[in-house]
Amino acid sequence: MSELWQLSATEIAMRIANGEISAVEVAEAHNARIEALEPEINAFITPTPDIARAQAKAIDERRATGAPLPPLAGVPLALKDVICVDGVRTTAGSRILDAYVPPYSGTVVHMLADAGTLLVGKANMDEFAMGSSTENSAYGVTKNPWDLARVPGGSSGGSAAAVAAGMAPIGIGTDTGGSIRQPASLCGVVGMKPTYGRVSRYGLIAFASSLDQIGPFARNVRDTALLLNAIAGHDPKDSTSIPDPVPQYLDGLDAGIDGLRIGIVKESLSEGTQPGVAGRFKDAIETLTSLGGEVEEVSLPSFAHALSAYYLIAPAECSSNLARYDGVRYGMRADAPTVSEMNARTRAQGFGDEVKRRVMLGTYALSAGYYDAYYGKAQKVRTLVIRDFDEAYQKFDILVSPTSPTTAFKIGEKADDPLAMYLNDLFTIPSNLAGAPAISIPCGLAEDGLPVGLQIMGPLLSESLLLRAAFAYESARGPAERPPL
Amino acid sequence: MALTKEQVLHVAKLARLALSDDEIEKFQRQLSVILDHAEKVMALADDGVPATAHALPLSNVFREDVAEPCLPQDKALSTAPESEQGRFKVPRIMEDPT
Amino acid sequence: MNYEAVIGLECHVELNTESKMFCGCPTTFGGEPNTRTCPVCLGEPGSLPVPNRRAVESTMMIGLALGCRVAPHSLFHRKNYFYPDMPKNYQISQYDLPLCIGGRLDVEVAGTKTTVGITRVHLEEDTGKSLHIGTTGRISEAKYSLVDYNRAGIPLVEVVSEPDIRSAAEAQRYVAELRSILEALGVSDVRMEEGSMRCDANISMREPGGEFGTKVEIKNLNSIRSVGRALTFEIERQRKALEAGQALLQETRHFDESSGVTKTLRSKEEAFDYRYFPEPDLLPISATADWVSALESSLPELPQARRARLAAEHGLSVEQAHAVGASVASTGYFEGTVAAGANGRDAAVWMAGELGRALNNAGVGIQDARVSPAQLADLIRLVGAETVNLNTAKRVFQMAFESGDDPGVIIGREGMAQVSDEGALATAIAAVVASNATEVERFRAGEEKVFGFLVGQVMRETKGKANPALVNDLLRKVLTTGGA
Ligand SMILES: [Mg+2]
Ligand SMILES: [Zn+2]
Repeated sequence: MSELWQLSATEIAMRIANGEISAVEVAEAHNARIEALEPEINAFITPTPDIARAQAKAIDERRATGAPLPPLAGVPLALKDVICVDGVRTTAGSRILDAYVPPYSGTVVHMLADAGTLLVGKANMDEFAMGSSTENSAYGVTKNPWDLARVPGGSSGGSAAAVAAGMAPIGIGTDTGGSIRQPASLCGVVGMKPTYGRVSRYGLIAFASSLDQIGPFARNVRDTALLLNAIAGHDPKDSTSIPDPVPQYLDGLDAGIDGLRIGIVKESLSEGTQPGVAGRFKDAIETLTSLGGEVEEVSLPSFAHALSAYYLIAPAECSSNLARYDGVRYGMRADAPTVSEMNARTRAQGFGDEVKRRVMLGTYALSAGYYDAYYGKAQKVRTLVIRDFDEAYQKFDILVSPTSPTTAFKIGEKADDPLAMYLNDLFTIPSNLAGAPAISIPCGLAEDGLPVGLQIMGPLLSESLLLRAAFAYESARGPAERPPL
Repeated sequence: MALTKEQVLHVAKLARLALSDDEIEKFQRQLSVILDHAEKVMALADDGVPATAHALPLSNVFREDVAEPCLPQDKALSTAPESEQGRFKVPRIMEDPT
Repeated sequence: MNYEAVIGLECHVELNTESKMFCGCPTTFGGEPNTRTCPVCLGEPGSLPVPNRRAVESTMMIGLALGCRVAPHSLFHRKNYFYPDMPKNYQISQYDLPLCIGGRLDVEVAGTKTTVGITRVHLEEDTGKSLHIGTTGRISEAKYSLVDYNRAGIPLVEVVSEPDIRSAAEAQRYVAELRSILEALGVSDVRMEEGSMRCDANISMREPGGEFGTKVEIKNLNSIRSVGRALTFEIERQRKALEAGQALLQETRHFDESSGVTKTLRSKEEAFDYRYFPEPDLLPISATADWVSALESSLPELPQARRARLAAEHGLSVEQAHAVGASVASTGYFEGTVAAGANGRDAAVWMAGELGRALNNAGVGIQDARVSPAQLADLIRLVGAETVNLNTAKRVFQMAFESGDDPGVIIGREGMAQVSDEGALATAIAAVVASNATEVERFRAGEEKVFGFLVGQVMRETKGKANPALVNDLLRKVLTTGGA
């Protein structure tokens, strides 16, 4: 029989509901796994074994009364440290929030607790979610469970690594330009960015407000669907929250993809894509075709320009979102005789390099005389990206591409070249600009033995369809490879 | 386009970042490269294309005008680096608000 | 050279909603510092704004009352600048797509009407307040400051005028009229002294019809009187400078209440770069035609229409209509007095005279007047019925205002009723005639002006209670017939 930490969320919830295992056993097994692996992986900024234990006890007590259990009762969860939890240190990976203990919890935190999950820790991340490698964390890089010399991707690298390494069967990340899908791809797990507005952002420490979206990590598609159901829904505290009712994502999950029109994004097959990645992607296309998918190439010319637009829009919004970290109300404060000096020193000492770079870039892009040339133009490119997608979805139900052009790279390899680092998000960014959902699922190992991700994109609110396609693919290919840990 | 050192200093001032000389020099270089790259691509977007600020076609989201409970004072101040008399304490404010 | 002033006003008005602009915190004044706050108005990481529907509708109503067009599509923008009173270091405001655009406000000064264009009416959030700790409590001399965010996030409407104002008096009239419109709409407490309304003035000088001169901005004028004083000073300052051939600086100035002088706050070189961009946390507002027309039809009677109606219905003069119709409360008082039986013109005279003075002296608003409209009507009726004469009535009013007692009760209690009893008056007249023989002689010799003196003596003899008309008649009869 498998170890408890190897079980999927679905299995754990089922066995606890059946009375085969207790939630406390599950919590302890994962707490122990975290304790054992953390020195090597560093997936968490703040492990929360006591919270997991207390939540598990409550689940067991509830089961003892015979009351029905929520769908994820007793399932351990890694929560990206960018979501506020009342009374629990929340850093966003930044030194400036090192001692920050929020006075409130985000909406998804309440929803996840209601769904019965056990919070095992606040997961590591690139500072303020800015990065594609977790190297920008003020709390040290997270190591890829497949190869400890490599990055797990980012910015939700901690959550992805934790799920890959069996520290939790499910995790929560955030995706602004690929920050769930790219680490999912690099760590060999499933990760999904829902439609913008499908999951409340209330309590999510903002990076780029018009792009940020919370989403699930899991080791299989079914768990992903379960977790998405736990967090999706309208929230009156988030003006940009979608009021439409949430479907049951498990319903029709196994309906298959016979006759589904699938577009391969031509622009994702450039020579910049690693051969092993391109190879696994071609294999995946064959599998999809064998399942009855009608596959054809499609060109989205704006795809290649989305990156540049993103690297103006996201920094512009972040420059404003991060203005509040000034040493006045919370977080770090540097000594200085005047308020403005105090602000400037606090921010200089509290922010890391990448954050400063993007704050500078965004401030410049919004400043007098440059707004039209940069931010204004970028918003127009955003329109072009949306138009390209709209046109493609006239002909296709879903679009596919590799999630990331490469497999996990070595720690430090791209650290000094921001532009090279930004290219990681080439294929994931367009969905953020369009507000549309996309999922990354493992599609085998590349020539270097590292996982490759298949990205499936769809129009607004097509989560059910994406999960169905991903499930069909996963079922045909079999369970994803697990890291040697 | 290449940014001048003065521009970088001006931006750092707007962004309230006390940057070192090394950082100023580094950002001058790096931002110039990024902006250069961006500019080439931005040329695509002509004047006929409308800007998109929100990807979703939603509008008119409001809350009703109903008062709700607040945080207790000690909780509101619990995160404060310094406080006094129930207020957030800050060093001398030299400039006037706008 | 004959210079004229070119003035535009930006007035900020705090709305009287129950809750703040983007969160549910109550807007009530007072309270311990930082007890009307939540994660949203404290700018906690991760918190998000949700706009208050009533604040948006109040803004639209202000726009409609000022003849603006409610924009079919409007947007919130972020205005970025650092200031510790501002929790997020950006203010959610509006920029190129405000809620209302292009209206007008008519002002009348000394019989001359001017139409002041309204550029825009937009909605934003207020900031917190700092306390400056140091020897003087002034910001420039403070050792450190203490910030309270209770006011942060209160909905604030900004009404921006075109530079159509030409004098300090017009500016004052404009602010007074705006205030009275806001009061009629019931959307703001418009208590300037509590900061619920404050104005910034842009002012430059030019030769009539010529090019605009260098523009100076005066910040934070917090009463109608301050608007007048600051602009009067500034117009003189600029005129003198120009006449002396000095160039004016484009700058922001501050009005010092105690010295009545404007002083440099900062020059143009320090101007801010606000980096406005569309607020990504908020969605656009689409004002449908149905929504706007529903708001339009819910507009109450506005001051201009109210004054016209009062003048027409009660035969009031322009000045009387202005005074009586100055506010909803004052109009209500007037109409209550008339409904209780008083003649409109009498009511207007009393309100402009005794009531106005009494309120002024007591430093209270008309809603706190201790003489009710029914009581004033009663007093007016007693004067008409010659129960008291006018002078006594004024004293009765004063006493009623202090005690809240009915005028009739006061008159009875204090024995202030007018003496119209001819027997009693004859006795008093006889006494006066007897003790003022010289004056009586002079009158009889044809010195008519002595008559007034003798009437006064009779009034004194009756402690002011005598019916003056009757005294006139009887005294003249006694003096001319020689009888006593
Ligand atoms: Mg303003
Ligand atoms: Zn609040």
